[in-house]
Amino acid sequence: MKTSLLPRLAFGLVVGLVLIYLMLPVLIIVPMSFSSTRFLTFPPPALSLRWYAEYFGNPNWMQGTRMSLMLGVLTVLIATPLGTAAAYAISNAQNRLMRSLHMVLMLPLIVPIIIVAIGIFFVYAKLDLIQTLTGLVLANVMLGLPYVITSVVAGLQSFDKTQEMVARSLGMNRLRAFLTVTLPQIKASVFAGAVFAFISAIDETIIALFVSGGQYQTLTKRMFTALRDEIDPTIASISTLLTVASFLLVLLAMSGQKKDT
Amino acid sequence: MTLLAAPAVLVIVALVVIPVGWLAAQSIYDNGFTLEHYRRIFTEEVYWRSFALTFRIALMVTVLTLLLGYPVAYAAAHAKRPWNVLILACVMLPFWTSVLVRAYAWLVLLQRTGVANQLLERFGLITEPLAMVHNELGTVIATVHILLPFMVLPLYSTMQKIPRELMLAGASLGGGPLYSFLRIFLPLSLPGVVAGLTLVFVLTLGFYITPELLGGGRTVMISMVVSRNVELYAQWGAASAVGVVLLTCVLAIFAAVGRIIPLDKMLGQK
Repeated sequence: MKTSLLPRLAFGLVVGLVLIYLMLPVLIIVPMSFSSTRFLTFPPPALSLRWYAEYFGNPNWMQGTRMSLMLGVLTVLIATPLGTAAAYAISNAQNRLMRSLHMVLMLPLIVPIIIVAIGIFFVYAKLDLIQTLTGLVLANVMLGLPYVITSVVAGLQSFDKTQEMVARSLGMNRLRAFLTVTLPQIKASVFAGAVFAFISAIDETIIALFVSGGQYQTLTKRMFTALRDEIDPTIASISTLLTVASFLLVLLAMSGQKKDT
Repeated sequence: MTLLAAPAVLVIVALVVIPVGWLAAQSIYDNGFTLEHYRRIFTEEVYWRSFALTFRIALMVTVLTLLLGYPVAYAAAHAKRPWNVLILACVMLPFWTSVLVRAYAWLVLLQRTGVANQLLERFGLITEPLAMVHNELGTVIATVHILLPFMVLPLYSTMQKIPRELMLAGASLGGGPLYSFLRIFLPLSLPGVVAGLTLVFVLTLGFYITPELLGGGRTVMISMVVSRNVELYAQWGAASAVGVVLLTCVLAIFAAVGRIIPLDKMLGQK
């Protein structure tokens, strides 16, 4: 369709400005992290690795990072098999019960996290799970499940189920048919779901604020408490590392997902 | 078959259903049945102001994300390679960047000596630095940024499915571009609009990190009332009651919109 030049230029300009707005935080945080001063002026007066040294040299930040990484790995290890099993059940049994169970499994995306967080705080207080790794991992498994389920359900939709039927008619039991026929063909979706659950666990802050503490403080909890008091430039370097890490992870997950379909 | 979902369902029940049920019980039980906490929410001005502020911010954010997101989604759905890839990358990269990181970046950008003020001053648009952070304005700017992808993605997936031929048919029948857009494209994109509006509105209602960091203690949204009642005042009954009212609003909105668009379609975006 032909549209005259002027409206198209104006449209392009609007879209361009919105895209700049979207990218601005990422574009600003990277140069800031290499600034030599603690005053976050732009452009930085001189470049230095001072804030990276500050981050890697600070035992508190390091402890938080180790905690978050461990939490992410444990979350993925539990959420991925649980979520994949649930996704398999959802896409194979299309009865009403399963559809309402699907809704229940999506609840972590619907209920505002602050409400879940204080609810969990009260329940954990009764069970002595506050400031424990177990408590944190369980909460993050809950938050990660919808990502795994959504990704695997999508993967199973594009998978031809008759293949599994054939394997079973040839004498394989259900589990073996799934593991040898279905799983290899949807593995990229499972992997993508696992990556998203990992990122969500690393990024989670609100529940950690209420239930993590002492030696079990996550990186984002430390960042949040630090930010409430003052703008610490060390956080620019941590933010840059976090952004690069999630960018690479998403790229990895997406390149895999494409192969599935 | 259903049993395979049991472990996952168990986790959700143990960590969402039971905790929220606990809150609900706590909001009406304080050494005996009481509606005192709810009475306070509906009569004391602090609570009212916070609810009103939260709904106002949610409305502003929703309208702004629609205005900014619609052209971007349209461009992403219609641009040729590599432009469409570039546009989607600009939407997805911030989407997967930590919310905390983005709130921090806006804090740095918008502060009195920040880049935004420096630029405005350099271009002679202002003489005094503007207060863009630690207030409602900062909260809205950062919240719109964080939620914009939740508007763009449902819009994009809806627009992508609108057959191009329809617009060509409109043009061949004599409709101008604007007419064809308003009569053909816009109505067909409405399901995406509704999904985006719902997601953004509901997510803003429950926002916590952004207003806490960018609101500067003055922009007290509902989620902050909940957390303060727990952390600062140990008013657990009050916190629970506020939480239950917030959750009721959120569920009511999802239930109402769920009659038009299936919920799993709406939530399958991330």
